[in-house]
Amino acid sequence: MSRRTLVVLLTAAAALALGACGSSNSSGGSATKTVTLVTHDSFAISKPVMRAFTRQTGWKVRILKNGDAGVALNQVILTKNAPLGDVMFGVDNTFLTRALSENVFARYRAAGIEAIPRALRLDPTNHATPIDFGDVCVNADRKYFSEHHLEIPKTLDDLTQSQYRDLLVVENPATSSPGLAFVAATVARFGTAWPQYWDRLRANGVKAVDGWEQAYNGEFSGAGGGKGDRPLVVSYASSPPAEVYFADPPPTTAPTVSLDDTCFRQVEFAGVLRGAAHPDGARALVDFMLTRRFQSDMPLQMFVNPAVPGTPLPAVFTKFATIPADPFTLSPARIGHDRAGWIDEWTARVLR
Amino acid sequence: MTLTVTNATVRYGTTVAVDAANLTLEGAEIVAVLGPSGSGKTSLLRAIAGLEPLTSGTVTWGGEDLTRVAPHQRNFGLMFQDHALFSHHDVLDNVAFGLRMRGVERGERQRRAQDMLELVGLVGFDHRRVDHLSGGERQRVALARALAPSPRLLMLDEPLASVDRERRDQLARELHRILRANGTPTLLVTHDLDEAFGFADTIVILDRGRIVQTGPTRAVWRRPHTLAIARFLGVSSDIACPRASGLVTTPWGSVTTDAPGTGTTIVGFRPTDLRVNAGGAVTGRVVATWFRRDHFVVDVETAVGRLTAHSSNPEPVGSAVALAADLEAAVLVEPAPTGA
Amino acid sequence: MRAFGPRVARGLLVAVPLGFLAIFFLWPVGAILGRGLRTGGSLDLRSLAEVWRDPSLRHVLWFTVVQAVLSTIATLAVALPATAVLSRFQFRGRGLVIALLTMPFVLPTVVVGTAFRSLGLSGSLTAIITAHVFFNVAIAVRVVGEAWRALDPAEEDAAQSLGAGPILTFTAVTLPALRPAIVAASSIVFLFCFTSFGVILILGGPRFATIETEIYRQTAQLLDLHTAAALSIVQLVAVVAALLVAGAMTSRVRTSTRLPVRRPPPTSRRSQLLLALGLLPATVLVTVPLGDLVIRSLANGAAGYSHLTSTPIGAPGSPLQAIATSIKVACVATVIAVALGLALAHALTRPGRRVGIARVAELLVLLPLGVSAVTVGFGFLIVFDTPPLDLRTSWWIIPIAHALVALPFVVRTTVPVLRAIDPRQRETAAMLGAGPAQVWRTVDLPIVAHAAKVAAGFAAAISLGEFGATLFIVRPETTTVPVAIYRFLSRPGVTNVDQAMALATILMVLTGVVAVVAERGSRIEARS
Repeated sequence: MSRRTLVVLLTAAAALALGACGSSNSSGGSATKTVTLVTHDSFAISKPVMRAFTRQTGWKVRILKNGDAGVALNQVILTKNAPLGDVMFGVDNTFLTRALSENVFARYRAAGIEAIPRALRLDPTNHATPIDFGDVCVNADRKYFSEHHLEIPKTLDDLTQSQYRDLLVVENPATSSPGLAFVAATVARFGTAWPQYWDRLRANGVKAVDGWEQAYNGEFSGAGGGKGDRPLVVSYASSPPAEVYFADPPPTTAPTVSLDDTCFRQVEFAGVLRGAAHPDGARALVDFMLTRRFQSDMPLQMFVNPAVPGTPLPAVFTKFATIPADPFTLSPARIGHDRAGWIDEWTARVLR
Repeated sequence: MTLTVTNATVRYGTTVAVDAANLTLEGAEIVAVLGPSGSGKTSLLRAIAGLEPLTSGTVTWGGEDLTRVAPHQRNFGLMFQDHALFSHHDVLDNVAFGLRMRGVERGERQRRAQDMLELVGLVGFDHRRVDHLSGGERQRVALARALAPSPRLLMLDEPLASVDRERRDQLARELHRILRANGTPTLLVTHDLDEAFGFADTIVILDRGRIVQTGPTRAVWRRPHTLAIARFLGVSSDIACPRASGLVTTPWGSVTTDAPGTGTTIVGFRPTDLRVNAGGAVTGRVVATWFRRDHFVVDVETAVGRLTAHSSNPEPVGSAVALAADLEAAVLVEPAPTGA
Repeated sequence: MRAFGPRVARGLLVAVPLGFLAIFFLWPVGAILGRGLRTGGSLDLRSLAEVWRDPSLRHVLWFTVVQAVLSTIATLAVALPATAVLSRFQFRGRGLVIALLTMPFVLPTVVVGTAFRSLGLSGSLTAIITAHVFFNVAIAVRVVGEAWRALDPAEEDAAQSLGAGPILTFTAVTLPALRPAIVAASSIVFLFCFTSFGVILILGGPRFATIETEIYRQTAQLLDLHTAAALSIVQLVAVVAALLVAGAMTSRVRTSTRLPVRRPPPTSRRSQLLLALGLLPATVLVTVPLGDLVIRSLANGAAGYSHLTSTPIGAPGSPLQAIATSIKVACVATVIAVALGLALAHALTRPGRRVGIARVAELLVLLPLGVSAVTVGFGFLIVFDTPPLDLRTSWWIIPIAHALVALPFVVRTTVPVLRAIDPRQRETAAMLGAGPAQVWRTVDLPIVAHAAKVAAGFAAAISLGEFGATLFIVRPETTTVPVAIYRFLSRPGVTNVDQAMALATILMVLTGVVAVVAERGSRIEARS
């Protein structure tokens, strides 16, 4: 009676300890056959697909989401001596060299890798397996341009013309993955003269914000739920079909359009983590990611394109999305080597 | 049952608050620890209660060593100077608190609490909020609360200090009645002479942490051990008088003394016990005079020193007066018998 | 048992919360800083010197201080008039106004950012300061308000009777009495603005950077732990300095345990005008963005609310499940924070000679407010990596992280109240036979209950709105409402925005309910 407070405290402490033990048991116990997938916040897959994996292989999947793509990878690097899980999904080509040089992946040649186009297989050492790709492109608000009797720009150079003054919003490459991809596009297009291109963009009133969400929902006039006033934004080639898909009722034409000649291709990889507790399950999961079941589920879940050619696409993609035929690309090694320099240069030119 | 405090010392850092105090309290007696503020009496009380750790020494009750026993396990009652009533409880819950802590069941403790309220004359106050009570009512609630669990010792810290002056006499009498009626051994600490001599059977005088005199109320009042104690007990005039074979010779006649041998004994008088009177044996000149309600107090310079006396008339400064003494009330400063 | 029982119990009361802080805060933060400050196994403090020498980092430092000072001043300017009238008048809807002012405090910045931007406020220092006022006005109103309501009106009456006019009375009597509370509120607001993250990132835009955003960038994006550690240390030093200053200025304060004095309703025309004028700035500032949010959530025929139970594409559960998760996490976090906070507050306020230890513990408990969520999150990763303490992927890590943030509030709200209890009340109880636990239950608890409930409300609200740590900390599939909102907002399409706005409105209402309940519940007097 007189020690009730104490008892409550001790019970709480015991509960904490038990909770901790309970969960660490489930992560460490092989009896349950659970494979842990470490990924970023944008990862999504439908439940029936994951259940199919469990049925086929006997492995259950536990998903740990850890911030955006950059944060998720850095957490994996930080914990490489005692990995958080067995598989990592979501390293893209702008971060690939960091992942490879930090040696977080074990070598694994996934079943079905042969089917993937060479252009996506950016890691010849077979540590990272390409799963999907997407294109970062400038999007335009159709309504704005028709109302203002302006032609929608086509190329990066068009964006510096005076009739498009104060119309474009971009993301900060230091804090945003599409922001970095767009800078990479300008590097791929203009080579060493890319900083001068940004000078011209700045002179033409480009606006920079920190994240995609601010740019798209906050500044872009074409976003369904947004309130912005700029009709040009750096987003994805899959944004127009998303605008259709997430509208109620869905319109017959997409309100926005992606400019095919401004795109930079992002490829997302998965890999078996070095030191994984369940390497068998990890390999099975990576294999599964290349199966039709998984590949065909990705477009509507994550708004990306499946890496395996011939995967059936949902109607909104075939009707409203284009896959640019010739996007800008740079080798992961080049990106890894120059990324920090680009960001510094860009910050100095555009923000200061 | 006897409370025995042996060599109790309380130290705060380098300050010694209580210095090797010895004290016993027996039966249903009321003991008053009397001393000026800062004399360490509250520290002594807190040490006996267990609220202050003893640096050295022991506290025992009926032979049981309580020195390391927690306050709540001593079964002593304590009433603080400012009463420390629980303002989030009503009167009845305050009084019943100690019974509740002892696990007395609800009906029983309410009955007992009501008995206590009756004892202190607060019938019908059960559900009053304590912050709506007068000072005297608060004091009586605090007393009822302290007595309700039938403590084996009751301790009072300046029980009347926070009561209005006008109500003090009445409350003192009331308190005295309750304490006697209740019969609980009581230890009282105070700096107030009326409080101490009004209640106690035994007086303990504390000065700068040391017990300087212990004795029955009347003996301490009449026979303080030192002039300083006498002064503290209200003696304002003192005269050195010769002593021989059990008699002390004052200017007004002789008084008997227990002090042995021949020598000088200091005889003291409180202002009430010296009067301006035409036939008085000591004469002198008035050096100051004050009006005090129904009488005057005068300072008179005499051959035996400066004396303070009562007077019915406003004697002007400079006038010659004669002083008479009430020898029955004379205070003899008698040093403690050595070895006692 | 008699002799050591209470001592052991008291030791536990200190050891459990301090152990919690040590394990879940000091250890992970120390580990990550240690890694950043070492090169090849030996201590290397060069990165600290580099931070000082780098002009752009120095500018970040400077800007961090400037915006925090300006934001604190602006917050007080808006909050104090509101506090004044809220404390002086009793009127219908008073609780509602307080709940309204509290709501912003817990809204995720991502949501508020959207609201502010649609009002045309973004990309400027003004936007940053306005948002900081919006978020922190609740703190000032609550901390100062508690003190103001406890003020004895007799003192003001006395001043007036001595011939002081209303202004002189305010400056000579009221203000000095409130100074400690104002300093305490300012220090907390300053701390929040100093370590502000979302507001700077979302409303400030890429041109503005504070130490906190720079730590995030260096840690999460660049994995440059050296620079991040140096910046973290600079931030910690600044935060500790601010806390020490605030502590020194408030140490001599005693809170009154008197129940708040009943205030009159504003009956005269003049007092009604005063009431309106006092409340105007704060309520307008809070209502406009909140209202904008609600209106937007009702757009398209309130479509956002119609899909609450269906699992959206790409989400592990429905918005309703996110709400359930949030409530569950908030409950657990609140229980941990209140239990540990009260235990610590109790231990800190017991009379004892070890004042030094108490000071250190009090400071320690505030430190989580001064350390970046990403630092704590990454610290968790590197220390909790070995069973039996592999907590990295445990569900508990989220309420624990939330409790860490809420703990300072619980301690801050309850310590002054406990300190103000007359020790003789406890001693009297002990003399009447109450053991230490009973003393706590019968004397401390009834008095501290009000503050504890307010603190619990705050803790729950903090947990409901917490976003940064929740996002950085590795977690299994537990989507809280702020995370769900963030997910909706990070996809194109109108239905996503609708649902985000609906969820944000629901979160707002949920928080309001918590605030009202905490305020109401505490009115019930403790009975034995």
